[in-house]
Amino acid sequence: MLRLEGVSYRYAGATGKSLRDVDLSLADGEVVGVVGPSEAGKSTLSLVASGLAPRAIGGTLEGRLLIDGEDVSGQPMHELAPLVGICFQNPLTQLSQVADTVFEEVAFGPLNLGIDRIEVARRVTRSVEALGIGELAERDPRRLSGGQIQLVAVCGLLAMEPRHLVLDEPTAQLDPEGKRLVSDALLSLAAKGTAMIICEHDTDLLAQVCSRIVALDAGQIALDGLTAEVLANPRLEELGVQPPAPVSLRRALDRAGLKVALPA
Amino acid sequence: MTDLSCSALRYEYPGGVRALEGVDLVISAGERVAIVGQNGSGKTTLVRHFNGLLRPTEGRVLVGNLDTQTTRIAKLAAVVGLAFQDPDRQIFSGSVEAEVAFGPRNVGLRGAELEASVREALGSVGLDGERQTNPYDLGYSRRKLLTIASVLAMRTPIVVLDEPTTGQDARGIRTIRSIVDRLAAEGRTVIAISHDMRFVSESFSRIVVMRGGRIVSDGTPADAFAEDGWPLLRSTNLEPPFAAVVGARMGLGPTPTDRAVVDALVARSSGVG
Repeated sequence: MLRLEGVSYRYAGATGKSLRDVDLSLADGEVVGVVGPSEAGKSTLSLVASGLAPRAIGGTLEGRLLIDGEDVSGQPMHELAPLVGICFQNPLTQLSQVADTVFEEVAFGPLNLGIDRIEVARRVTRSVEALGIGELAERDPRRLSGGQIQLVAVCGLLAMEPRHLVLDEPTAQLDPEGKRLVSDALLSLAAKGTAMIICEHDTDLLAQVCSRIVALDAGQIALDGLTAEVLANPRLEELGVQPPAPVSLRRALDRAGLKVALPA
Repeated sequence: MTDLSCSALRYEYPGGVRALEGVDLVISAGERVAIVGQNGSGKTTLVRHFNGLLRPTEGRVLVGNLDTQTTRIAKLAAVVGLAFQDPDRQIFSGSVEAEVAFGPRNVGLRGAELEASVREALGSVGLDGERQTNPYDLGYSRRKLLTIASVLAMRTPIVVLDEPTTGQDARGIRTIRSIVDRLAAEGRTVIAISHDMRFVSESFSRIVVMRGGRIVSDGTPADAFAEDGWPLLRSTNLEPPFAAVVGARMGLGPTPTDRAVVDALVARSSGVG
């Protein structure tokens, strides 16, 4: 269980707060989507929920990050790593820069958790296969296409099998098949109990994987509810979030006064 | 007018990865072309040939009458502007203003003309209020818009955008769509790589589909997303836009956009009535 309790956060040197009074609680295995216009606080929320802010980047945190009911503010990063994984917005940031093959790159995280090498190899093989990048295993991760690097970054996290996972736009550069493979892999991880926060502009993807959606506006939670309800809420478009394709089409038909049933 | 053409273009990266396996493509001045295809299909490698960042291993790329194999990048830069997929690989200046001014100054703009190009470019992406801001104090989506502004400021006849809508919210996507419209209205060529099928079907008139370093289809959005083309799309990991699927299920013919679905339904009901 992961919980943000009354969280406000201000970056070092910033004048205003990037998050204000955020309460967010995830049960084990729960997948929550976070939407909002650019600079509403999605990436900041990812950094706080993963414990990197303020631990690694400074700034001022009010409120608490609780994992399984325990305040983790005093815990060092290496103890937090197996508990919460983070997938950065820019996948290049995620690469270790020390691995010469995709296989080693994906193994980097779990090896650093101190997991037995045979188990690591098993996990790497499984994750690489789940994301359909088996044929890239011997390639240099720094010399892949943007989308392939993103798959490798997500793959490394899957292999760590963290108890909780925070993903900041994990599929932004992926083709639709890549998105599907990532969605399926995340859902199967959630089925094993991993709770997840997914920050995404792609509401079609969130519609498929999340049970709940939170919308941020100017650092505060503006909407919080069941996926279908939040994604169909007209307020979302006012906030600057592109609704899923079926909702957009429905609205275009309504505006034209066309009363037709859309095929399911 | 500046046409762009690739003939029998092959490219192999150092280390032996073959990214382009023979691309023939002609883009006429003023066209709006989207390049789509699975991750790793060669889209970025292809567009990096347009401004000479990469040079053909075999074959030829012509920009107007300039052969990119033998033309200096500085000369090509005045003709083809390319905004990178990853803004953090493009941005290097300490302020938004300096970042945007770098390109046009390098192609020879000075004084009032330089200032006008910077002002206009920043205005078009909504960053006019951030001239003195350090680019890294902007979020990812605005850094991405900054890289687009930097390319617009160079006023090149050909503008190439690599995944421009990545990380953009609804407003950012609208901004980019209006930039594409304006460039096209000015007669400039706009080429974009994208995985966003809604964006490409609404903003582009020609869709080039790539798979495994080759072009596998090339046509209008209505052609690219028509039902008989879906197996080909899926073979390169793409899906037709939702509007196209709905149109096909309802027997409306090719409807690549929401607008096309509405128009087809209106036409059908007026036909019946």
